[in-house]
Amino acid sequence: MKQLAAALYKEWLLQSRALAQLLAVLVFGATALLLFSFAVGPNYELLRAIAPGFLWLALLLSSTLTLAESFQAEMEHRALEGQILLPANPAALYYAKALANWAQLTLLGIALVPLMVALYDAQLPRPLALAGIIALGTAGLSAPGTLYAAMTHQARSRQTLLPLLLFPLVVPVLIAAVKATSLLMLGDPMSQIGSWALLLITFDAIHWSLCGLLFGRVVED
Amino acid sequence: MAVSDRLNPGAGYALMVVGALLLAVGSYIGLFVAPSESYMGDVYRILYVHVPTAWNALLAFTFAFGSAVAFLIRGDFKWDARHEAGAEMGVVLAGLLCCQGSIWAKPTWGVWWDWDPRLTTTAVMFFAFVGILALRRFVEDPVKRATWSAVATIIAYVDVPIVYFSVRWWNSLHQMQSSPETVSAPFLIPLRTNAFGILFLMAGLITLRTRLARMRLAQEMAPPLPEVAS
Repeated sequence: MKQLAAALYKEWLLQSRALAQLLAVLVFGATALLLFSFAVGPNYELLRAIAPGFLWLALLLSSTLTLAESFQAEMEHRALEGQILLPANPAALYYAKALANWAQLTLLGIALVPLMVALYDAQLPRPLALAGIIALGTAGLSAPGTLYAAMTHQARSRQTLLPLLLFPLVVPVLIAAVKATSLLMLGDPMSQIGSWALLLITFDAIHWSLCGLLFGRVVED
Repeated sequence: MAVSDRLNPGAGYALMVVGALLLAVGSYIGLFVAPSESYMGDVYRILYVHVPTAWNALLAFTFAFGSAVAFLIRGDFKWDARHEAGAEMGVVLAGLLCCQGSIWAKPTWGVWWDWDPRLTTTAVMFFAFVGILALRRFVEDPVKRATWSAVATIIAYVDVPIVYFSVRWWNSLHQMQSSPETVSAPFLIPLRTNAFGILFLMAGLITLRTRLARMRLAQEMAPPLPEVAS
C-alpha cells in the first residue's frame, strides 16, 4: 500500500509536468472526431445515431498514444530497472501506472463529449451516467494497455505492435461501451444499460487482476 | 546439434501421413458417398472440413495456452517452442476457418460474412494471435520473447469467452447459438474421419514446428564460438 502510494505520487509528478502531452492527445482525439464526420457527411440524423461509436473510436485511437507514451520516462536512464532493483513491488508499479493511464483516458473521454455534442448534435440526457460509462470503458482500455505498453516499449516498431496486440483484445470493451453510450444518448426503452455496464465491470475485474498478476513477469528479467 | 538429434522428425512425418490419408478418405466419403442435404444440396459438403477445422483450431489455441502457462511456471524453453508451434497452427487453422466459412456463407446466407458470435469470436482470436506472432518477430532476446508472448497468449485466451458473450449480446436480434442437431450416421462418418485427419495432420505439423523452433532456440542461445588460441 505504501509502495502503491509512492508510485502513484511518482505518476502524479510525471503527469503534472507533462501537461503538453495530455493536451496533444486531446487535440488528436478532437481531430479524429472531426475527421470521422467527413466520412458520413452533414446528415445530422445519421451523425446522431453513430456519435457513440465515433466517440469510442476516437478514444481508442487516442488511448494508443497515451499508453505508448506512458513508459517513455521509465525507460530513460533505465529508471524502471532501477525501481525493480530497489526493490519496488512490480504490482505497485503496474497499478500506479494503470491508474494514471485510466485517469488520463477518463479525463480525455469526458473532454471529448462536449465536442461530440457540438459536432454531431448528440443529445445528453444523463451526463453523469455517461461519465460513469466512460470511466468503466477506459478502465478496460488502460488495464491491458498498460501491460502491453510495458512490453512493446522495449520491442522494435512499438507503434505498430501496441494497437496490433491491444485492439483485438478490447473488442468486448468497445462493444459494451458503444452500446451503453448509445442507449444513454438515444434512449433505453428495454433498460439494457445495466447488463452492458455489468459486462464492462466483468471485463475490468478480470483484466485488472490478471494483468497485475502477470506484470511482474514482464519486467522482472 | 544435440537438440536435432533428440528430436527425430520421423514421428512428425508419420503423423502427417496418417492425417493426410484420413483426410483423403473422409473427404472422399464426404464428397461422393454421403447423401446430399435436403435444404442446402451439395453446398453443405464443405462442412465436412469446416467443422473439423473449427474443432482443431480451438484445440491448437488451447495447446498454445497450456504451453504458455507451462513456460511461465517451469521456465523450460521446450514449452516456448511448443507455444510458438501451437499459436502458429491455430492462426493457420483459424484463417482457413474464416475462408471456408465465407465460401459456405455466400451461397447459403447470401453474404460472405455474418456477425454471428462464433464467426466474430474466431476473427478476433485470429487477429489476437497474429498480434502475438508479430510480437515474437519483433523481440530479439529469447527470454523476453518467450515470457512476453506467453503473457500475451494467456490474456488473449482468457479474453475469448468475454468476446464471445459480448458479441452474442450485441447480436441478440440475430440467430442464437444453434443447438447441436442430431446428425445421422452417413453424415457423421466423414465428419469424424476428417476431424481425426486434421487432428493428426495438426499434431504432425506442431511436432515438426516445435522441432524447428527448438533448433532455432539452440542456435540463438549457443555461446559464441571460442577464439582460436594462438
